[in-house]
Amino acid sequence: MSSELDALYQEIILDHYKNPHHKGLRDPFEAEVHHVNPTCGDEITLRVHVEDGTVADVSYDAVGCSISQASTSVLTDLVIGKKVDEALSVHQTFLELMQSKGTIEPDEEVLEDAIAFAGVAKFPARVKCALLAWMAWKDATAQSLGTLPEPATSSQEA
Amino acid sequence: MLEGLLPDLEVVRKDFPILTRTTPGGGPLVYLDSANTSQKPQVVIDTMVDHLERHNANVARAMHMLGAEATEAFEGARDKVAAFIGAPERSEVIFTKNASEALNLVATTLGWAGEHQVGPGDVVVTTEMEHHSNIVPWQMLCQRTGAELRWFTFDEDGYLDLSQADELLTERTKVVTLTWVSNMLGTINPVAEITRRAHAVGAIVVVDASQAAPQLPIDLAAMAPEERPDALVFTGHKVVGPTGIGVLWGSRALLEALPPFLGGGEMIETVRMTGSTYAGIPAKFEAGTPPIVEAVGLGAAVEYLSALGMEHVHAHERAITGYALEGLAGVKGLRVLGPTDPAHRGGAVSFELAGVHPHDIMTVLDTRGVAVRAGHHCARPAHEKFGVQSSTRASSYLYTTPEEIDALVDALEYTRSYFRLDD
Repeated sequence: MSSELDALYQEIILDHYKNPHHKGLRDPFEAEVHHVNPTCGDEITLRVHVEDGTVADVSYDAVGCSISQASTSVLTDLVIGKKVDEALSVHQTFLELMQSKGTIEPDEEVLEDAIAFAGVAKFPARVKCALLAWMAWKDATAQSLGTLPEPATSSQEA
Repeated sequence: MLEGLLPDLEVVRKDFPILTRTTPGGGPLVYLDSANTSQKPQVVIDTMVDHLERHNANVARAMHMLGAEATEAFEGARDKVAAFIGAPERSEVIFTKNASEALNLVATTLGWAGEHQVGPGDVVVTTEMEHHSNIVPWQMLCQRTGAELRWFTFDEDGYLDLSQADELLTERTKVVTLTWVSNMLGTINPVAEITRRAHAVGAIVVVDASQAAPQLPIDLAAMAPEERPDALVFTGHKVVGPTGIGVLWGSRALLEALPPFLGGGEMIETVRMTGSTYAGIPAKFEAGTPPIVEAVGLGAAVEYLSALGMEHVHAHERAITGYALEGLAGVKGLRVLGPTDPAHRGGAVSFELAGVHPHDIMTVLDTRGVAVRAGHHCARPAHEKFGVQSSTRASSYLYTTPEEIDALVDALEYTRSYFRLDD
């Protein structure tokens, strides 16, 4: 019973939940988006700052469960400092992991702390929690680059 | 033994086959999400299967043997529903798809030409504790007509603030709509009193009884006419019936004054290329082939509840809710959102637990076989009042045992230890 829970609530997740990284809204930024998870009410406002093709900053204000908050924190660790293309590729890898229903073995080289979310993929009701910030970041990044304009608020289907 | 529990509770539970389900780990399933949807007794399942196996035909239009049987079963269901809520007339019972459709029927047709047409400058009054389905249709009505939507607030204990009544209920007020029992706070609202005051200014009153119909005895005919709402809606699946069927009860006077909602088969008297005339109620509001087997199942459901006795169901809910409130009060850091006196509330108990998000509570409870709901329960404005974004809700019903409440409390204590809240 608790091993099932432990698969979901990895130590890494609980650590990020209790001490989230890069929290708060900061300047400068080129795009700001607001995403919600309509089934539960989790919300995030997220800003991106891109400089010379590099993700210079991702800042956010969010409310939600441990999974959504930890996932946001892990996202910022992973993408800040990376080239946008590289960050988008990490995004794609994370998305595939979350949509795998637990069938993919995560690559720690690419995903680092985000491998802790592999267990979440086995809880279909919680996948959306893990993806909230990631979808918001992709949306904001697209907007900041002036490409692929997407609605500022969307409900992502995992 | 807890006072007020249904006699023969263990026998009653055997009527609900799903209650024997176990978790993957083999533990018992503790279903505390009945305000979301109730479980179904065998008699409802059997009645629906029997209807499909032996009596299936279209209703009203088919004149052959099976058509007559299907019509009798469908109209018999209307009689049973009418008896269940004490409707003054059986024709005042309209079958819809669900409570939302019933509310949309009223809110939409009130925007169209007719005696009660809502227009610019008129006021529609609702409350801050409504389910989204009793907010959005009225927002849409007000947007379309230029009317103003105004709100009864509620206090920190979850009771409506009736001191606003004089200000909200004026000659401009055309419609007052409120929930009888809140799906989030559990509060039982003073429907008779609000109706009387609304009627005094000439407003019509629409009551959302989605949470009341499962729990409270309702006898519309026995209410004083000035205290009786003009319309009342509920949904089948929360009263141990199937999904896909809801009920709009409306007074004959209101239903005859409202224009038809959907056009189509069976809602007409005569159709000519130059125009049509409409059938009387209830057919006027039942365009197209209705959800027949669902109505038949609902008939069996309300008959089942009536056989148990709604006063006994209500007493059981109160006893279990009181027991749950006591148990929850012992969980450190837990705050109940809503009244804490079981005499003034229904069986849906929403709460927050300091330090753990409702989603996480729900997941931990689920792994222990305890099914609750986490989120805003389609009542976001009510959550905002408490400064929270979401909550966890445990909701009991006639089949809930005190042991299941114990399992809930144990699971919450486990949640606290799992998230090391005392470290």
